[in-house]
Amino acid sequence: MHIKEEFAERHVLTLTVDNEAGTLARIAGMFTARGYNIDSLTVADISEDHAISRITIVTKGPPEVIDQIIAQCERLVPVHKVTDLTDAGPHVERELALVKVSGAGDKRVEAMRLADIYRARVIDATVSSFIFEITGGPDKIDTFVALMRELGLVEVGRTGIVGLMRGSDAS
Amino acid sequence: MAENSGADILIEALLAQGVDTVFGYPGGAVLPIYDALFQHPKIRHVLVRHEAGAAHAAEGYARSTGKPGVVLVTSGPGATNAVTGIADAFMDSIPMICITGQVATNLIGSDAFQEADTIGITRHCTKHNYLVKDPAELGAVVAEAFHIATQGRPGPVVIDIPKNVQVATAEFDRHGSNATKRYIPAGDADFAAITQAVELLAKAKAPILYTGGGIINSGPDASAALRELATLSGAPVTSTLMGLGSFPASDPAWLGMLGMHGTYEANMAMNQCDVMLCLGARFDDRVTGRLDAFSPNSTKVHIDIDRSSINKTVRVDLPIVADVGKAIRQMITIWNSRKLQPQNLDEWWARIKGWRSVGSLNYPASQSEIMPQYAIERLYELTKDKAPIITTEVGQHQMWAAQHFHFDAPNKWLTSGGLGTMGYGLPAAIGAQMGNPDALVIDIAGEASIQMNIQELGTATQYRLPVKVFILNNEWMGMVRQWQQLTYESRYSNSYSDSLPDFVALAEAYGWKGIRCDDPAKLDDAIAEMLAFDGPVMFDCRVSKEANCFPMIPSGAAHTEMILHSDEVSGTMDDEAKALV
Repeated sequence: MHIKEEFAERHVLTLTVDNEAGTLARIAGMFTARGYNIDSLTVADISEDHAISRITIVTKGPPEVIDQIIAQCERLVPVHKVTDLTDAGPHVERELALVKVSGAGDKRVEAMRLADIYRARVIDATVSSFIFEITGGPDKIDTFVALMRELGLVEVGRTGIVGLMRGSDAS
Repeated sequence: MAENSGADILIEALLAQGVDTVFGYPGGAVLPIYDALFQHPKIRHVLVRHEAGAAHAAEGYARSTGKPGVVLVTSGPGATNAVTGIADAFMDSIPMICITGQVATNLIGSDAFQEADTIGITRHCTKHNYLVKDPAELGAVVAEAFHIATQGRPGPVVIDIPKNVQVATAEFDRHGSNATKRYIPAGDADFAAITQAVELLAKAKAPILYTGGGIINSGPDASAALRELATLSGAPVTSTLMGLGSFPASDPAWLGMLGMHGTYEANMAMNQCDVMLCLGARFDDRVTGRLDAFSPNSTKVHIDIDRSSINKTVRVDLPIVADVGKAIRQMITIWNSRKLQPQNLDEWWARIKGWRSVGSLNYPASQSEIMPQYAIERLYELTKDKAPIITTEVGQHQMWAAQHFHFDAPNKWLTSGGLGTMGYGLPAAIGAQMGNPDALVIDIAGEASIQMNIQELGTATQYRLPVKVFILNNEWMGMVRQWQQLTYESRYSNSYSDSLPDFVALAEAYGWKGIRCDDPAKLDDAIAEMLAFDGPVMFDCRVSKEANCFPMIPSGAAHTEMILHSDEVSGTMDDEAKALV
């Protein structure tokens, strides 16, 4: 007998939660405890009185598992609202990455040129290195990082995705 | 306003919630609370012998009274010992408040004496938990904790209180609580959906009501409403292990329990029905058997207060998130206002009668030894007039009790269903007896399970609780042995209960009465002797050693593939089946 892998689709969920000790551990731990995947997770306080945080989770699973993930999140007391952006319709997803590249000569020039094409900004420079700041959808960042790998990539830091529904309504 | 210590605020807040009984065990990190308790005689403290006993006793108290059970234990090992009972309450939806002491806030994280990360450890086996860092928050936390534990799908809530917070002072504001604001569970069912459910039930030619512990959690009126709905619709009723008692076993519409050790008629009716109304149950793997063969041709309606129970394992056609008692009342109102009549169900009942005639609960009789099923039957016959509260441990004896003891009312059957915790029954019986001083409370046990919390014999002695422990002693971890016989060609790896104590002598050492019986002809007299004794009794009932619990749906099989008692059972299984729980 062998362990079987299941088909999975990617979903972006946003959660509005109470900004209190343990909320993130409760949510992240629930994913582990129930065997759900987390591709990325971002969290920050979003309200004026610091009472509410917004969490964006990118997860993968078959549709019935995604449905369970949402229900299990909603079951947690500090979770007020869960929105599946992927199901809810048109939305934007953005991620920020810091990309450090080291090199000299043609490679350094080429890295600058590509950064310009990808609208990445230089936020630190030495005679032998750059740090680029790039924002965009995850695919764009993946591609940019792949290009930099050939030009002296040293390290990458990524924030994970934040997302909002398009249009005038809150998600 | 005068300031009080955190410990005093806690006691005041518990009293404000109507708490009169606490199950606990003292220790360094709860000494201030124990000192406050000493000065508040309104709260009875039941001193257990192990913190696991406190948690299970609170479960037994809660399940039998409908009120939340309260546990008080110290930090570190006190809290970790209680975790099994907390996890048990989480799986079986039992309202419980567990107050744990914690090291002082300035010591948290320093590996202090008796420090454990109680909040981290209990995070995923509680409905919610709190670390209280300021005594001013205690009043509001306790109020919200009780609200969360008891409303919606009930469950355990842990309140972890550092020792310095118990000593520090603050004002107790008993009015300014926001307790009910952020946790708002479902109530009434959506009208359009519940109407559709009624229409489906009224049009069904082969309906079944599949009921669970949610009916009991919803309160006594939910059980009453279920009876009315069964009468109106003419549908047969089956129940999960947790739901036993919500529908009277003496009613002709009762099919018995369903699932792995359920009756043939219940499982066949589940498989063959055209409309399944699932009321406060959750399609547990012990109920469904092989999922892809589960009730293939039915339209499924699922009413549950917990949205996450819906479509978790079985896809349903009509999901309704609501309090099941209120939803059944709504169904009755709609049924009556439309003057609906059920379809002619004669053919359906004729098929059920055919399945019943299989006699799936029959077992080979014996004159020479006590058959375990016979022992349960006699215990039932000789106690049924007293409407006893029955608790169990986990294993064969539990399933035999579920099959052969019959319940006509809710809150009389206390068992560890979801987590399957051996050692549950004795402390649960103690908790039930505390909550129901005049009731006959019997723990139906096995000789292996009873040893898991046997230290609680002392608790019953101390509080003069006349609980009865009825041990079906077959000298085996019977269910393990049965599975080894069925699945591993009778390789009985570590399942023999070796070096058993003399249960009669053990009982007497604790100040209990001990009775032993191994003769079917003397069983009735021995049970009568147990019932006549005004005090705790341990009954060592020596039963047939290798009896198996049937009927049984083997691991990975469908409802239609039940093993009946007369079938050949020994053998092996393929890896796919072995891998299933």
